[in-house]
Amino acid sequence: MAVITAENLTHTYSAGTPFEKTAIENISLSIPSGQFIGIIGHTGSGKSTFIQHLNALIKPTSGKVLFDGSDINADKVSRREIRRHVGLVFQYPEYQLFEETVYADIAFGPKNMNFSEDEIRERVTEAASFTGIAPELMERSPLELSGGQKRRIAIAGVIAMRPEILILDEPTAGLDPAGCRTILGNICDYKEKTGATVIIISHNMDDVARLAQRIIVFDGGSVVLDGTPDQVFSQAEKLISIGLDIPASTALALELKRQGVELGCPVYTHEGLVEAVLAYREGKTC
Amino acid sequence: MLKDVTLGQYFPGDTIVHRLDPRTKILLVVLYIVALFQAKWWVSYAIVIAVAGLSMALSHISVKNMFKGLKPMIFIICLTAVLNIFYTQGTPVLPGWIITWEGIERAIQMVLRIVLLITGTFLLTYTTSPIALTDGLELLMNPLKKIRVPVHEMTMMMSMALRFIPTLIEETDKIMSAQKARGADFENGSLVQRAKALLPILVPLFVSAFRRADELAVAMESRCYHGGEGRTRMKKLQFAANDILALVLGILFLAGMILLRVFGL
Repeated sequence: MAVITAENLTHTYSAGTPFEKTAIENISLSIPSGQFIGIIGHTGSGKSTFIQHLNALIKPTSGKVLFDGSDINADKVSRREIRRHVGLVFQYPEYQLFEETVYADIAFGPKNMNFSEDEIRERVTEAASFTGIAPELMERSPLELSGGQKRRIAIAGVIAMRPEILILDEPTAGLDPAGCRTILGNICDYKEKTGATVIIISHNMDDVARLAQRIIVFDGGSVVLDGTPDQVFSQAEKLISIGLDIPASTALALELKRQGVELGCPVYTHEGLVEAVLAYREGKTC
Repeated sequence: MLKDVTLGQYFPGDTIVHRLDPRTKILLVVLYIVALFQAKWWVSYAIVIAVAGLSMALSHISVKNMFKGLKPMIFIICLTAVLNIFYTQGTPVLPGWIITWEGIERAIQMVLRIVLLITGTFLLTYTTSPIALTDGLELLMNPLKKIRVPVHEMTMMMSMALRFIPTLIEETDKIMSAQKARGADFENGSLVQRAKALLPILVPLFVSAFRRADELAVAMESRCYHGGEGRTRMKKLQFAANDILALVLGILFLAGMILLRVFGL
C-alpha cells in the first residue's frame, strides 16, 4: 500500500512578483512503504522543493499530498501531525544545532511531541546508537564537535522522532569519504531495523546506484525518469544530456561499448561491472 | 513567508529611472522631500501626487507593489490621522463635536504627506540596487572626507549590511523549516512560550552570522582589502544627459513648489 502520494503537485515561488518562479510542475508520484528511493537532479531542478511538500513545510500552489489516504494540508493539526511520520533532514543540518548539550539537541524533536522523560531518554539513546554517537559525547556542546559528528547529531535529532519516512537532502555533502560511508551506513541500519521508507537526495551517483531500489530523476521541475537503477541507468545518455553524472561503472561500461565490447546488461555498481566483465570473458551475457 | 518582506527591496528592471545615475536619484529624492514639505494646500499636494505617480509609471513600479511596501507603516499612518482629527482646533463638524473640519483636512494632508514621503524613498530603493546606492552615497559624501569623516568605511558597512539581509532572511527561513520539521511550533502557545520557541532559531542564526562575518573578513583580507585609500572601481559612475535633464527638472519642480507656497496654494 502506498504510504505517501503526491497528486499533480505544483509550486510557484513569489507568485505575482517579478521574482515569480515555478519550482515544480504537475508532479504525481506514489511512494510505497519500505522503499529506498534516490532522488537525483541538478541544482534548481525542484527536488528540494518537492521533498519539503512531503511533510507540509511548503503548501502546494495546486495539487495534493496524501499520507495514508488523507490530505496532509487539510488543517493546522494535520500539518503538524505529519511531521511525526515524515522526518526531514535538511542540507547541512549541522547548522540547525542550538542546544547546550548533544543530548538536549537530539531530544528536541521528541520533546516537541510531548513524550515522557523516559520515552525521550529511550528514543535519544536509540537514535544516538543508530548514528554511532558515543555516549560520552552526550553531555558535550554540539558546537565544539567535528563537522561529521555534528552532521550525525543532526540526523539523530530527526531519527529520534522515529519517522516512518525518513527524507535526507544531500546527507553526505561536504564530508570526507569516511564520513560519507559512516552516514550512509547509519541510514541503511535505520532502514533495515525499522522498515522505514528512506528517500535520499544525492549528487553522488555511485551511492545512489548502490543503495536505492528506485531512482527518481528531476529536471526543470518535472520528473523525467522514475524506475529501478537498471531502468534509469540504462538511459545513461539521457542523464548526461540533462547535465547529470552517471556512476563510474556505468561510464566505464559505456566506454567499453564504444570500443566494441558489448556487456549486454545495464551496469551501475562496481560489483555488477566485475560480474559483467567476467561473464563477457566467458562468452556469456548475464 | 519571510520572502514577502518588500521594505527597501530592489526590483530589477531596465527603465529610464533604473538607468539614472544613483547620485542623481539620491539628489532627486532629497529635492522631492524638500518640495513635499513646501506643500501647504490641495493644489500643491495634487502636483506632488502627479510627480510621484509619473515617476512610478516611468519606473514600471505597480501601485500594488508600492502599497505592499506601505503596509508596515500603516500603524504610524493611522495614528497620525487619528491624532490630527481629534487635536485640531476649529469649527466642529456638528455642534458639540470634538472633530473639526480643520482636523479632517489636516489629517488627510498629513497622511498624504507620509504616504508621499515613503513613496518617494521607496522609488529610490525599488529602482536602485543596494550596491549602486551605497556607491552613489559614498561619492556624494566624498567631500566629508576632508573633515575626517570615515565615508568609505561607513558606506562599506552599509553595503555589507544590505548585502547580507537577503542571506540572513534565507538562512532564517531554512532554520525555521528545519526546526519545524523537528516539531517546533512558532504559532501557538502563550507569549512566553512563543518567545522561548525563538531560541532554536536565534542560536543557529547567530552562530552562522559570526561564521559568515569571519569568512568574509578572511576573504576580504586575502584580496588585500585595506580600506578605501587608492581603491579604484570597475564600474565608474558617470553622469549622462538624462541625469542632467532629471536634475534640472527636479530643481524646477522644487522652485515651482516654493512659488506655490508663496502664493499660498
